[in-house]
Amino acid sequence: MTEFTPLAGAIGGILIGLSAVVLMAGIGRVAGLSGIFGGLLTVNWSAEQGWRGTFILGLFAGAALTALLGGIDVSAISFAGGPVGIIVGGLLVGIGTALGSGCTSGHGICGIARLSRRGITATIIFMAAAVVTVFVTRHIVGAGS
Amino acid sequence: MNHIAALVSGLLFGAGVALSGMVNPVKVLNFMDIAGTWDPTLIFVMAAGLIVTFAGYRLVLARRQPLFAPSFSLPATSGIDARLIAGAGLFGLGWGLTGFCPGPAVASLVFGYWQSALFVAAMAAGMIAMRLITHRPAATESVEG
Repeated sequence: MTEFTPLAGAIGGILIGLSAVVLMAGIGRVAGLSGIFGGLLTVNWSAEQGWRGTFILGLFAGAALTALLGGIDVSAISFAGGPVGIIVGGLLVGIGTALGSGCTSGHGICGIARLSRRGITATIIFMAAAVVTVFVTRHIVGAGS
Repeated sequence: MNHIAALVSGLLFGAGVALSGMVNPVKVLNFMDIAGTWDPTLIFVMAAGLIVTFAGYRLVLARRQPLFAPSFSLPATSGIDARLIAGAGLFGLGWGLTGFCPGPAVASLVFGYWQSALFVAAMAAGMIAMRLITHRPAATESVEG
């Protein structure tokens, strides 16, 4: 069980939305995390990677500051499954977001906010796939809960 | 100045995913577990994020150009193809197995759990593998996120 926290959720959502608006207003880019992180995985370092690196440093600082200020109880963070499941899941997320050109932030927030048909379609598919996966692992297989 | 925009955007994103609890994989899995220990928090995160981004993008994209860049870099909104559908499906499968999507996973590295590091390493491997298979270099592709 995890506690239902609508207020913290909504404030967190507002901050994520402001993040997307600031990046678009400042440098005209969508705040899509798989694209920003994936763009750093290259040997051809250029100005294109520079802002992405700065964004990731800000990302670390924002999460760390929130924990220091008591915005999240880090000791309450918990994980499902063991190392093999995490490796398989990580590979699938990497392959899927590279193939589908986006994740929860790029398609789900920035794409839907632009009323993008690609963003809306991708979000419906990955949400549905995740819900079905959790149903199968928790209620049919019974593992990973 | 583009580094300052990226830093502020990253800070907001990191604070948002931490405060909302999206950095806690079990909380995200409980959102997906509609038939079990359902935690609806993520609805509030997504709704608030979308409202802010929708309104903010209307103001920002009405301008001729971003503040610190010559033009907006906007991904395509139409053209639903097999790559998008398959990619979103694989991403949703990995998200449902682990409770991690790219942004919160990378942000959670600062909390020092080995599961975060293992997930991000596997995700990076998946992104690089996919890129090698499809022969698309990082900096030239149009990425939604």
